[in-house]
Amino acid sequence: MFYREAGQFKKTYAADMAVFPILQDRIGIAVILIVAAVVIPLTGSTFFISSVMIPFLVFSLAAMGLNIVTGYTGLISLGTGAFMGVGAFACYKLTTIFPNVNIIIWILASGIFSAAIGAAFGLPSLRIKGFYLAVATLAAQFFLEWCFVRVPWLYNYSASGAIQVPQRTLFDVAITGANATPTTRYLVLLGIVVLMTWVASNILHGRIGRTFMAVRDMDIAAELMGIRLLPAKLMAFALSSFYCGVAGAVMMFLWYGGGEAADAFNIRQSFNILFMVIIGGLGSLIGCFLGAALLNIVPIILKFGFPAIGIAIGSETAEHLNHLLVGGLIIFFLIVEPHGLARLWQITKQKLRTWPFPY
Amino acid sequence: MKPLRQIEPGEQLLNVENVSLRFGGVKAITDVSFDIVKGEVRAIIGPNGAGKTSMLNVINGFYHPQEGQITYRGATRSKMRPHVAATQGIARTFQNVALFKGMTTLDNIMVGRTLKMQKSFFWHLFRHGPAMNEEIEHRKFVEEIIDFLEIEHIRKVPVGKLPYGLQKRVELGRALAMEPELLLLDEPMAGMNLEEKEDMCRFILDTKEQYGTTIALIEHDMGVVMDLSDRVVVLEYGIKIADGTPDEVKANQKVIDAYLGVAH
Repeated sequence: MFYREAGQFKKTYAADMAVFPILQDRIGIAVILIVAAVVIPLTGSTFFISSVMIPFLVFSLAAMGLNIVTGYTGLISLGTGAFMGVGAFACYKLTTIFPNVNIIIWILASGIFSAAIGAAFGLPSLRIKGFYLAVATLAAQFFLEWCFVRVPWLYNYSASGAIQVPQRTLFDVAITGANATPTTRYLVLLGIVVLMTWVASNILHGRIGRTFMAVRDMDIAAELMGIRLLPAKLMAFALSSFYCGVAGAVMMFLWYGGGEAADAFNIRQSFNILFMVIIGGLGSLIGCFLGAALLNIVPIILKFGFPAIGIAIGSETAEHLNHLLVGGLIIFFLIVEPHGLARLWQITKQKLRTWPFPY
Repeated sequence: MKPLRQIEPGEQLLNVENVSLRFGGVKAITDVSFDIVKGEVRAIIGPNGAGKTSMLNVINGFYHPQEGQITYRGATRSKMRPHVAATQGIARTFQNVALFKGMTTLDNIMVGRTLKMQKSFFWHLFRHGPAMNEEIEHRKFVEEIIDFLEIEHIRKVPVGKLPYGLQKRVELGRALAMEPELLLLDEPMAGMNLEEKEDMCRFILDTKEQYGTTIALIEHDMGVVMDLSDRVVVLEYGIKIADGTPDEVKANQKVIDAYLGVAH
């Protein structure tokens, strides 16, 4: 009813090529940003912020990374967890070697390291495709996981083999370490995620994004358009790993606050993020957020929602129920819409546009 | 490689000399020579399996012939990569449509502009300033092509959802966006009805008129071939059996035999 583009005429190509050409979309995004940046920090409980919102944002960022290579460029990667780990370790090493440089700079810079490693492991993608490439990227996962455990230099020779996140400040406010409040960490994380989503959207809407999609949809024709496949694919891997690396760094520094990396960045994490991307929608930025939300927030609602409305279930039962329901939901959504939640969202928008008429 | 020359209309744009292409024991093309003159429509015809598409693949670098050489714009080469062919101004369409199915018509044609876009990765981070100006400039060019091919109404439709005839037209648009010197069309009218064929013929002739593009055309519809092309080369079993104007080729006994069969 209110979601109409009627009467919104575009007079310039720039207006027509905007990411959100419809006024209502722009209002919607503004509302979401205000809620995320003002309402949630002011009203959200510590539990909500640290157990729901922070993981959600971290996974959205990681899913965005994987979506660039898998959704946009059509190259399946199972190394996401490892690339996240590279980011986390890079950030840890950088901040222990250069403690005076602001941690936010190191979080963003750590992506560069995982981009380099991602591009190196992306080399086979020129020759192999599909499932075979997925298996080749598994090599990255296993090799890097091995490094995380066996190279003590990475965790500064600590006896436990874990990353200990030091305290770092921004304008004298602790943003990492034990003294950082969840709200501060959440706000820093939100800033990083919003910035990186904006950049991803810029890249993907321009020449580079079209190059990626051309390689995905028909690589032979793409080559004929003058696109060189190897640089295009490597760039996709590098960009994707950059996002994953930053996601890994924020995961360690702003969410976990330290821990054993081999556990956090194992193959299950890679699959977890791959599922988020598939359920959210391949080749869609909003799908990353929807997928991360579904796979993150639903388990939490199941775990804490039932006791909250008075249904007492044991924690073990809750855990089992959790697996059952999340699995069921995944199957349900994939049957209803194989192209993911992003497509469902598009269909909803289309219906709203034509409402009350069917088409 | 020698620098490429500008070719004047009427001059030889492409020259194929004694090209042979084999896949193991299968001889796809045997000792074929012909040339394409700038500004003409050159048809390549022949029965199924005659090596027509292989010939196009040799010209734009997908296949590397075992023997023979190709001179394009004054530079001779025996091997090249498809993306190099693209930078030198060779564009093509495919027999079975090879569009980017998940992208809109507009984006598909914009991909054709990729080579003309120079702004670095850095500017793309912002999508403002130089990168955006470049996008808008190329969008204008693409809109002209969309106008030319009369596909304004499907500008924002994903091409996977379009009917076949329109997909063929979008594919032509994508090739034209490259501003090619030489346009290779592989059966542009296959599977079309009469009206769509007439439209497509009009677009091909207009392309030649308006953009001055030289066209190499593979087509099975003889009416179309004879009406559109300036010269025709006929292949059979990978061997050239005739070369000349449509009237000469029509009268050639070998060509008649190839198409109609010979009484034994």
